[in-house]
Amino acid sequence: MIGQSPIRTFIAHAVLILGVLVVAFPIYYVLVASTHSLQTILRPPLPLVPGDQGWANYSTALFGGVGRIGGVAVGTLLFNSTVVALGIAIGKIIISLLSAYAIVFFRFPGRMVFFWLIFITLMLPVEVRILPTYKVMVDLNLIDTYTGLILPLIASATATLLFRQFFMTIPGELVEAARVDGAGPWRFFRDILLPLSRTNIAALFVILFIYGWTQYLWPLLVTNRSDMNTIVIALRKMISFADADTQWHLVMVTCVLAILPPVLVVVLMQRWFVRGLVETEK
Amino acid sequence: MTPRVVFPNKLLPYLLVAPQLAITLIFFYWPASQALQQSLQREDPFGLKSQFVGLANFRKVLADPNYINALQVTVIFSVATAFVAMAVALLLAVQADKVVRGKGFYRTLMIWPYAVAPAIAGMLWLFLFSPSIGTFAVLMRNLGIAWDPLLNGNQAMALVVAAASWKQISYNFLFFVAGLQAIPKSLIEAAAIDGARETKRFWTIVFPLLAPTTFFLLVINTTYAFFDTFGIIHAVTGGGPGKATETLVYKVYNDGFVNLVLGDSAAQSVILMVIVIALTAVQFRYVERKVHYG
Repeated sequence: MIGQSPIRTFIAHAVLILGVLVVAFPIYYVLVASTHSLQTILRPPLPLVPGDQGWANYSTALFGGVGRIGGVAVGTLLFNSTVVALGIAIGKIIISLLSAYAIVFFRFPGRMVFFWLIFITLMLPVEVRILPTYKVMVDLNLIDTYTGLILPLIASATATLLFRQFFMTIPGELVEAARVDGAGPWRFFRDILLPLSRTNIAALFVILFIYGWTQYLWPLLVTNRSDMNTIVIALRKMISFADADTQWHLVMVTCVLAILPPVLVVVLMQRWFVRGLVETEK
Repeated sequence: MTPRVVFPNKLLPYLLVAPQLAITLIFFYWPASQALQQSLQREDPFGLKSQFVGLANFRKVLADPNYINALQVTVIFSVATAFVAMAVALLLAVQADKVVRGKGFYRTLMIWPYAVAPAIAGMLWLFLFSPSIGTFAVLMRNLGIAWDPLLNGNQAMALVVAAASWKQISYNFLFFVAGLQAIPKSLIEAAAIDGARETKRFWTIVFPLLAPTTFFLLVINTTYAFFDTFGIIHAVTGGGPGKATETLVYKVYNDGFVNLVLGDSAAQSVILMVIVIALTAVQFRYVERKVHYG
């Protein structure tokens, strides 16, 4: 270990604190703004300490029904976002677990074809096939439904690849032992594979929850009714800079509420999240 | 590799892959082939019949000055975003590698933005810098800077780049920290004994050894800037002012859903697909190399 002068350590801390300030400031700012009245927000610069309107703002937003987005309560929007994020995370994990299980622990004609079919979807993000996918949704009557919001996003090559990679490290002896003891494929899956994959599932859950919560283009396309919007889309619709009657204090509250759940998931599950992130991508 | 021990079932594996495969076929392959087909056709204004026009749509798109503009905007935006996000993250990661106390504390505070949706990241920056309600906009005006991202294209670009890179710093930071930890300390110590100063040690040892991480992040950040930043652009500038921040993905959306020019939009989608395939191929070449050289 190379000795370090106290000055260098001090500089390192100073740079890090500066970095944290830059990274955290926009979030702190919106948090502060959400506790001020509309008049204060409209007359910048904004004071950097919380105001006294917090309680009033939050109760109006949560229970008052925000006018700009068609009178939909923020609760509904949060519910929609939660359903979508959970649906995507859980759905992706289940179908990728199953298909990775099939690809690694069975031999059947067409196995590699299926693997490649799934793998190539890595190259087809929603953004590059917007219009035709939208048409499929219309044909299937999936506009403005939770199914429409969730289903097209749950096919994922990344999760399948990750589970495949992990399953391949499981020693064949384990499978053999299980079979000798009379365990069928289902029992092996439930009693051995699932418990072994617990950490991977937790890590993937965090990443996929964030992925689902932060979706933008897709919910924008497949929802027309304002009570089916996710909170991110609704927030975008609330804002109009040209318009004088944007309810900025309520926008700020909605913004905080839209940021909070995924941030909580990341911070609380940090250990799995960091491991999962660095491992899935590498 | 010895053959794996497997289960003998014949039907079960098909049932297991069925859900994933069905979704993939319906929502990936079917639309993608539609895009390919549409890109070779032109529809009449009423959408009643379409005729095969070969590569005409592609020629039209590539000759369109607006498309060239979108391409330029995308390149500038991606390079700037990737560079800022990676440079800041590397600086912070190097500092975090030096400190002993408070590492976890800094990391916790640094990873928040990862959880913020790109569109919201854009809005947060807009709240700070919007000419009407932004605190910083007021400060800048007081300093005599004519700040108005709603009218000035370069300022609008600066704003979306700031928001996009801000969101990506935490991700890059985590990877750089992991990359720095993997560098053997003995190498750095040997250089220190030979008399190399800290700056020299960084540029001649740490930075080259970090190259795999840097390269990986470069690909990821480019992909991010190309595709995941639609929300930022849509929420902050809407491609404007003029077409100063209209990226390729934004243009596909705009032509397809707002202007309803299907053939053009499909041709643009196909071009984007080619770009994604190229980026993915680069990424995998790199992954393969890494497997070989450990």
